[in-house]
Amino acid sequence: MTARRLDIANLTVRARGGARAPLVAGIDLSLSSGEVLALVGASGSGKSMTCAGALDVLPPGTWRETGTLLVDGEPCQPKTVRGRKVATILQAPRSAFNPVLTMRRHAEETLKALGFPKPRWDAIIASAMADAGLGEPDRILALHPFEMSGGMLQRMMIALALMSEAPFLFADEPTTDLDLIVQSEILDCLDRLRKERGLGILLVTHDMGVVARLADRVAVMEAGRIVETGGIDRMFHEPAHPVTRRLVDAHLSLYAPDVAP
Amino acid sequence: MSLLAADAVSRAYETGMGWGERQKTRVLDAVSVSIEAGETVGLLGRSGCGKSTLARLLVGLERPDAGCVRFEGRPLDELSKAERLAFRRSVQMVFQDSLGAVDPRSTVRAILAEPLRHLLKLSKSEREPAIADLLRRVGLEPRDADKLPGQMSGGQLQRVCIARALAPQPKLIVLDEAVSNLDLHLQIQMLDLFEHLRRETGLAYLFVTHDLRLVERFASRVLVMDEGRVCEEAAVSRPLALASPAGRALGAAVLPAMPGATRRPARAAG
Ligand SMILES: Nc1ncnc2c1ncn2[C@@H]1O[C@H](COP(=O)(O)OP(=O)(O)OP(=O)(O)O)[C@@H](O)[C@H]1O
Ligand SMILES: Nc1ncnc2c1ncn2[C@@H]1O[C@H](COP(=O)(O)OP(=O)(O)OP(=O)(O)O)[C@@H](O)[C@H]1O
Ligand SMILES: [Mg+2]
Ligand SMILES: [Mg+2]
Repeated sequence: MTARRLDIANLTVRARGGARAPLVAGIDLSLSSGEVLALVGASGSGKSMTCAGALDVLPPGTWRETGTLLVDGEPCQPKTVRGRKVATILQAPRSAFNPVLTMRRHAEETLKALGFPKPRWDAIIASAMADAGLGEPDRILALHPFEMSGGMLQRMMIALALMSEAPFLFADEPTTDLDLIVQSEILDCLDRLRKERGLGILLVTHDMGVVARLADRVAVMEAGRIVETGGIDRMFHEPAHPVTRRLVDAHLSLYAPDVAP
Repeated sequence: MSLLAADAVSRAYETGMGWGERQKTRVLDAVSVSIEAGETVGLLGRSGCGKSTLARLLVGLERPDAGCVRFEGRPLDELSKAERLAFRRSVQMVFQDSLGAVDPRSTVRAILAEPLRHLLKLSKSEREPAIADLLRRVGLEPRDADKLPGQMSGGQLQRVCIARALAPQPKLIVLDEAVSNLDLHLQIQMLDLFEHLRRETGLAYLFVTHDLRLVERFASRVLVMDEGRVCEEAAVSRPLALASPAGRALGAAVLPAMPGATRRPARAAG
């Protein structure tokens, strides 16, 4: 049976360097299947570190001081969850790829690691790439990372994540470098996977337009802590915390008729 | 005479590393762009249409297969050594991929010191306050100078790259998705800083982005590219009204302001 709920409990991440405040301080988050939880907050507030800490893939010099990952209420080792229960899309697409391998090799390595039988590979690759908005799969599978544009790499990373068929997805700024047309196609695709497959998505983004389009709930971070959590409508219409209010106001100012030139 | 201009530049890449399957893909097809001093030009277009490639040609990182790039009227190929140095100082770029654009073993201090030393010829004692000032301008702190790129968040590193581009006091900055990893509050803060510098010093920008909302707010002229060609060039009106099919398709995909709405709300005219 597939998992229905994922909890991050009391996650604290620290960096080397003595008395400095933790990068992530006692975070609790829960994600249900079929749900999109947006994690928003200023640059440097700890969103990416929360994802990395939960899955125990923190960069050198930082470590998880406390924190448990629970699948359907059962504590789990992050390494048994990564890729199988939780697929990930990283913030910096280019650095996530091995520069000397083609896209086909990347896809095959992923499928091999997940234990999919070889005869299914081509079909899985083709459908994941189509879902991620990558037409011409044969042309793209032959390319190396340096031969691809930023947005193409971002879509390839999304395709690799979709191949895993994991019940949950951590997506860190999945659409930042995409043009608006591909962006809306990807958001539609995530929406469909959430509805059809019950995919639960932790969506890290700074774009409140993306939040408005896709999220059910929003958690707002500041300086390593969650300062407000709530349903999407309340967060946009009655933001309580000053940080939330600032994010929503800045967002709406882009749509205001009197945008200052 | 334009500050920087591309004159019918074309570029093709060979792809397919295998036996005999080499194939030339044309990425830019006779593209012309010109940027005047103190001007902000937006460059819009779908993913993969050639924006970053054009940006690399404009700053001299790659050479066009055909056509020519001119800096203050002079073809880049013909610049003397002194002119070349002036060009390198005057035209800066903020890359789409900030992690790939910095040396992972250099501290932020070393990253910012480099242009200050080589292009502005500042002494060590002059550099330190300049570095602190640059960091503050982009919303970081002087103590961030000791960090390595890997110790910064995505948006923090992007701002280091912006600071590095500002360091040599250039005349033009090519911003390739340069604020894409920042929250809106910071994006607006950065755009305000760019606008302030434009007014104060006549700095010009080529602003490559997929975000029409930011072009509308920040640029005075916009180019739309489609499959390696410029398909539209227009003054920026607010709201932005694009006429080409490629431009209109981008406009139609702007995300809703509020949850529940599927489309961007209609706005008052004027
Ligand atoms: N390897 C590291 N060592 C020490 N500190 C780090 C390291 N990586 C990140 N940090 C710090 O941790 C904080 C949180 O970083 P994180 O990457 O989670 O931010 P973020 O919310 O994802 O920001 P952004 O929106 O800019 O990507 C930042 O202040 C950053 O400088
Ligand atoms: N070094 C290279 N070798 C082969 N092909 C390349 C190379 N660089 C770019 N391309 C191809 O050129 C096309 C345009 O890429 P470019 O990076 O200029 O697009 P872009 O408009 O910046 O897209 P994005 O918005 O996704 O960043 C893409 O199809 C890409 O695959
Ligand atoms: Mg981040
Ligand atoms: Mg690009």
